[in-house]
Amino acid sequence: MADPVDTVAPPAPPALAPGLTYLRFLSAALRRSFSGSWRFYAWMTVLTAIALVGLNGWGHQLQQGMQVTRMSDHVSWGLYIANFTFGVGLAAGAVMMVIPAYLYDDHDMHDVVIIGELLAIAAIAVCIGFIVADMGRPDRMWHILPGIGRFHWPVSMLTWDVLALNGYLLINLHIAGYLMYQRYRGKAPRKRWYLPFVFLSIGWAISIHTVTAFLYQGLGGRPFWNSALLAPRFLATAFISGPAFVIVLLHVVRWSGRLTFGDGPIRTLTSIMRVTVLLNLFMLMSELFTALYTGGAHAAAVKYLFFGSHGKRALVPYIWTAVTLNVTSAVLLFLPRTRVDRRWLLAACACAFVGVYIEKGMGLIIPGFVPSTLHEVVEYTPSITEWKVTAGVWALGLLILTVALKVGLAMWTGKVRAADAPPMGDAAP
Amino acid sequence: MSGPTRRVALKVVGATLGAGAFAYAGRPVAQWAASVDIDDLLRRHYKELTADELAQILHRIEDDTQKKYGVEVRVEDIPAQDGVSFGYALNLSLCIGCRKCAEACHHENNHDRSTNNSYIRVLEMQQGSFDMEHGRVDYDHAVPAPGKYYMPVQCHQCDNAPCVKVCPVEATWKERDGIVVVDYSWCIGCRYCEAACPYHARRFNWRAPEISADEINPDQGYLSNRIRPQGVVEKCTFCLHRTRKGLLPACLEACPTGARVFGNLLDPASPIRYVLEHKRVYVLKEELGTRPRFFYFFDK
Repeated sequence: MADPVDTVAPPAPPALAPGLTYLRFLSAALRRSFSGSWRFYAWMTVLTAIALVGLNGWGHQLQQGMQVTRMSDHVSWGLYIANFTFGVGLAAGAVMMVIPAYLYDDHDMHDVVIIGELLAIAAIAVCIGFIVADMGRPDRMWHILPGIGRFHWPVSMLTWDVLALNGYLLINLHIAGYLMYQRYRGKAPRKRWYLPFVFLSIGWAISIHTVTAFLYQGLGGRPFWNSALLAPRFLATAFISGPAFVIVLLHVVRWSGRLTFGDGPIRTLTSIMRVTVLLNLFMLMSELFTALYTGGAHAAAVKYLFFGSHGKRALVPYIWTAVTLNVTSAVLLFLPRTRVDRRWLLAACACAFVGVYIEKGMGLIIPGFVPSTLHEVVEYTPSITEWKVTAGVWALGLLILTVALKVGLAMWTGKVRAADAPPMGDAAP
Repeated sequence: MSGPTRRVALKVVGATLGAGAFAYAGRPVAQWAASVDIDDLLRRHYKELTADELAQILHRIEDDTQKKYGVEVRVEDIPAQDGVSFGYALNLSLCIGCRKCAEACHHENNHDRSTNNSYIRVLEMQQGSFDMEHGRVDYDHAVPAPGKYYMPVQCHQCDNAPCVKVCPVEATWKERDGIVVVDYSWCIGCRYCEAACPYHARRFNWRAPEISADEINPDQGYLSNRIRPQGVVEKCTFCLHRTRKGLLPACLEACPTGARVFGNLLDPASPIRYVLEHKRVYVLKEELGTRPRFFYFFDK
């Protein structure tokens, strides 16, 4: 620590103590998060307003109980868990930037890989938000803390998910935080401080979605989920929704002028999507064939989902919308036009993103409960409160993503730097 | 007005509106947080409580029930007995689908009145079929109807219970006498157990249960029929507050046809042993490997 008595100003600024530099780094990040153009303020205000609507809805749910949702003892998970599942896929999907950048040494992707890491952080925050929203007793959250509560590990898959999601969050916070901090200080990042974590994050990304699929697929009493194909399908859809979102995000970032990069990353991500959209449709077809050709009780949920059952058809519009969007995105991605026209590519990404959101959310969670284990057909459609909370959690995720990108890219491009940092040079990792 | 002044004014108005929005939107959460009881929040898991702590908690629940519902109740912790392992059998030839068992459960276990909750669902099944897809629970006619048989379903107290496996916080477990219980003061309300159970045996408290004072059953067990808090899962406990004292489950006593047989599987002279040894019994969804302690049989 510097001697507080020594107040003589030295001719050149001395190297600051690491602790102090880190505090300045944090305060620079904080300042950067709260200043910007009127567009930034408008966007943040809208998101904050939506998040507050969600907070208010959640508050009513806490007070009056989960009767304010339309879940029941028959359909005991609904919109929250549907969104959670999709969110995990989005977080895992971001790894499709990390793999090309680090495993295939794709230099173009390297220029933008930080965006994927920041997206993973925001997506995990969304997942945690939906889990908290779905808890009947969030006041007892501490019961699930390892070592403090009673952590039913390794038997309960949910405890694996707690470890997987929080671990993934920490790994990505470390990688993104370290790289940004080094850029802020104008120093080249030391490989041993981040590269092992990058490789760990690749395996970990696969694990978060595998474990999340295992939550459902390990339940023998729910034939719709009890399929070995569930985890592979989860990964395939994650590698659709993740790249789709990132492609749109890259266009927004480029339009904002905060980062310049070539078309390489977008081309790579589009190539990945061309494979994964087909893979997903193929696996869906395989699941449908098994259920419908075999018939019997195991096909009941599939029949309900696609065609309705006993005159009840709440999910039919959802799933056909999803299938239509997924097929459309597949067709669009293979059209020659999409290679040259950005609007077509963005349309394909939008179709893919929404298609997966519906298929993997409402189209996957709800039919697990319909018909019920005693073969009762009780339907579910989300309540207004559930939609409010859902919108609120996503708004919170976008707030985090916006701030992370704003601060992250400013540091990444050297716009925000420590006072004693050397001039921009070969600091690229 | 000059530029800077207007900007300052706008900022002040904006900040005021923003603070107001936060305060308004956050009020329900703040009110909820203020209503959380600190003792309840810090209460430890049932298995970690000393005898003294448990006694205090039981008193506390009795007082709270008195305050909230205006009725004097006795909440006990009744441990499993040595040498006892419970089993239950149901004679489908005798069951007429009258749902008296479900009604008795509703009253015995202090269920929420408005939802008419019960741990038992009675399926009206098609003669000649075991497929529950052809059954229904919402039948509304004189029973027994021709061409039908009736199958009440409740918790099977599985020896390999999926609900116990999935619980992330060990809020539900199997006791020595085979009964699967829930610590209502530990459950976090994630409802994973509800998704895991193949028999629709679990219920969630979507709201705080409502029961009028004169309808509350005052003989209550900590792990069974005490009035449940909002936001936690509950289930059939074979009426452990009765059966661990040598009484029979409420659903059995209510059955007008004698279709229900309950007892100690370890006692060779018990009626349940007689049924298991002399009748052709089966369990529901045996292929799932849950190993239920609830058996069905036909008599003729």
